[in-house]
Amino acid sequence: MAITLKINGEEKSVEAPPDMPLLWAIRDVLGMTGTKFGCGVASCGACTVHVDGEPTRSCQAQVGDLEGAEITTIEGLNTDVAAAVQSAWADLDVVQCGYCQSGQIMSAVGLLTENAKPTDEDIDSYMWGNVCRCATYTRIRAAIHEASKRMEA
Amino acid sequence: MNIKTTRRAFLQGATAASAAMVVGLNAKGSWAATQGGEMMPNPFVKIAPDGKVTVVLKHFEMGQGTSTGLSTLLAEELDANWDDVGIEFAPADTATYMNTLMGVQGSGGSTAIANSFMQYREAGAAAKSLLVQAAAAEWGVDAGEIEVKDGMVSHGSNSASFGDLVGRVPEGATPNPQLKDPSAFTKIGADKLPRKDSTAKTNGTATFAMDVMPDGVVFAVIQRSPKFGGTLTSFDASAAMEVEGVVDVKQVPMGVAVYATNTWAAMKGREALTTEWDFSNAETRSQDEMEAEYSEALDRAEGLAALSNGDAAGALEGAVKTIEAEFHFPFLAHAPMEPLNSVVQIKDGKAQCWDGCQFHTVTQGAVGAVSGVGPENTSIETVYAGGSFGRRANFSSDYEVEATMAAMALGDGRPVKLVWSREDDVRGGYYRPMTKHRVRAGVNADGNLVGWHSIMANKSIFKGTPMGEAVVVNGVDIFSVEGVADTEYAIPNMEVTLHDMETAVPMLWWRSVGHSHSGYAMEVAMDMAAEAAGRDPVEFRQDLLADAPRSLAVLNLAAEKAGWGGDLPDGWGRGVAVHKSFNTHMAQVAEVSVTDGRVKLERIVAAVDCGVPVNPDVIRAQVEGAIGYGLGHVMRQKITFTDGEVDQSNFPDYEPLRISDMPKVEVHIVQSSEAPTGIGEPGLPPAGPAVANAIYDAMGKRVMHLPMVDDGVDFS
Repeated sequence: MAITLKINGEEKSVEAPPDMPLLWAIRDVLGMTGTKFGCGVASCGACTVHVDGEPTRSCQAQVGDLEGAEITTIEGLNTDVAAAVQSAWADLDVVQCGYCQSGQIMSAVGLLTENAKPTDEDIDSYMWGNVCRCATYTRIRAAIHEASKRMEA
Repeated sequence: MNIKTTRRAFLQGATAASAAMVVGLNAKGSWAATQGGEMMPNPFVKIAPDGKVTVVLKHFEMGQGTSTGLSTLLAEELDANWDDVGIEFAPADTATYMNTLMGVQGSGGSTAIANSFMQYREAGAAAKSLLVQAAAAEWGVDAGEIEVKDGMVSHGSNSASFGDLVGRVPEGATPNPQLKDPSAFTKIGADKLPRKDSTAKTNGTATFAMDVMPDGVVFAVIQRSPKFGGTLTSFDASAAMEVEGVVDVKQVPMGVAVYATNTWAAMKGREALTTEWDFSNAETRSQDEMEAEYSEALDRAEGLAALSNGDAAGALEGAVKTIEAEFHFPFLAHAPMEPLNSVVQIKDGKAQCWDGCQFHTVTQGAVGAVSGVGPENTSIETVYAGGSFGRRANFSSDYEVEATMAAMALGDGRPVKLVWSREDDVRGGYYRPMTKHRVRAGVNADGNLVGWHSIMANKSIFKGTPMGEAVVVNGVDIFSVEGVADTEYAIPNMEVTLHDMETAVPMLWWRSVGHSHSGYAMEVAMDMAAEAAGRDPVEFRQDLLADAPRSLAVLNLAAEKAGWGGDLPDGWGRGVAVHKSFNTHMAQVAEVSVTDGRVKLERIVAAVDCGVPVNPDVIRAQVEGAIGYGLGHVMRQKITFTDGEVDQSNFPDYEPLRISDMPKVEVHIVQSSEAPTGIGEPGLPPAGPAVANAIYDAMGKRVMHLPMVDDGVDFS
């Protein structure tokens, strides 16, 4: 059946059963590949998108429940907070393999939108669910602090 | 893998570079033009009329930074403007893009920079010499008076960009590469040169194999035997075929493939399969039985002699004090962030594979052989790899071959995208070998180490493989005992005994290979020996490394930067470890705090000598990452078996390091002019034992059974 999803401000018609996870609708049906599959059980955060502004594990959100919701993926990030996060990420060369980083960035934008000046403890607590097997964590912390500074400027 | 990067190999690399360069020359002389008016003076670089320089990467990028590293080497000698430098991955073409330290096209053993250092520099210098000749002809001046800087070629009032000179190289000009003196480097060794893959990996545009979906693609997953070595006897696909989106189900050599219009439907279809298996040749033991066999092996007198130096038994008998330690290291899965996957299309007598390809030669051969089209008709498009840690490189190219078999079974020429779920990955084998390692060491009345006997039990990675012959010496797989049998410590009487264990579970190199366990056992036992001798752990090691100046230097640097011997807050502990691997010298000092019995990793101070530091910031990143990857497994991760089935399945029970676990990391790099050596792996081996020694310092507990949580360490 066709379900209408609003993704990055655009209405998209998705041919999918209502219980299909948003992750697979975004990736395999719509071909938007910035959102990643890492575990399928909400344990790694690679699939994080924003649903009505909230970081959400798209592998656990079913498309049938999302009609009318505002969905944002890494491709659609356009806020000032997002610009600060992405520029800090690039300038500090946070990435290694890069596969988790879309999800890391979606979560970091969520954190800084809620809390513009997080401490290390705030970061560790908020970002706990985003796994990086390359262990870029020290740079993720540093980049979030740097983005916070850039947001003030 | 540990591939020797001796001075001789370093120079051989340079010779091979010159030979490889010739491959890129066209019949007319020096110039091979490509479409769109680009010039491609050799296989490693293209220059476009708009001035864009594209470095062709013979190594894949799994996060280790080779796209930046190889580009740095080439751009340094070309004197390109860093912002104009882009990258692309080389096709599978072993003759042109061979790893000169491995003899095949592929990445591994922390060899990428070591084998490319001269080759990519020469390629850049050769291209520059042609641009200079073009400018000299254009302006009628002496080539020797021309300057090249930041992508611009100039002489007096004349100047031209690289792009301006494309197509203007005189007919018959030959490259005349002149390598810079290291004192003239502006990019090699620059503290911070932006990574080439950062932007694409921060805006979602970087393409991984998981993102490759050619027109007509069919998504597939495979149901494999739940026990290693089992074979399919029957299956019923009727319920699977009812799942919306499932398009077909086929038997394949390793089980049953389910095909669908999307990955999720394929996974749901697989859940609906009924399968029956024959386990008569399968691994059916449980963890306790396997461990008991390993423990019994350690008690057996006979074994393979991996090292026999002096009289260890006599020295231990005559020692004033002896220590004995028995270590356990579990099987470990690599679990790269991107679950394994590959896209293969077989059509019109040709095979095309899209892959985060680590071993091009092996994969091209395997896909070509299995598909029947032959390697010469098999092409590979390499894309970014979402981590590997060794998993993507193996002797059989297992998951690319699975994709090929799935494409053949479907048989209609459509591209098949084979995806492993995380559960497939955690349960799929190719593990770091489980290892038990018993150390007995003795000291004399002067507090000196006089004897050491290591007895190790694990399954060989290399025996029975095409590479086995080269690395199995007198029955000993050198990767089973590396880091012990080749220790740099001057131990007067030392014996290393190996017991080969058998299981149907496939083994594979896992970041730092044998060093991943040997470094831990060596460095914890060394701390125990220092304690038995009544000596400071750093000072005890300094003595034993008197003839290993580079390791001694990193030990001293790490100790100095960490403030060894200085005060720590109450409840904190400090530990040291030094371990050479992949020809790189690494020492680390760890600090932990203990609060109400709970251990927190506070800080790791690392000192590294990996020869000429090509990209210091990439070196720092690799050391940070290797420390984190290693510590996550040391703290919590293990693969175990019940009746031959893997107990773990996904991240909730194969629990990875998380941000709250990550200590602060400081990396200090020795300025060296020696040939560059590995950096992807050497940060890992010392991290675990440095932490173990810090835990002992803080709470008096020796941790010998990994993961540490199984030995009563509380990280909650």
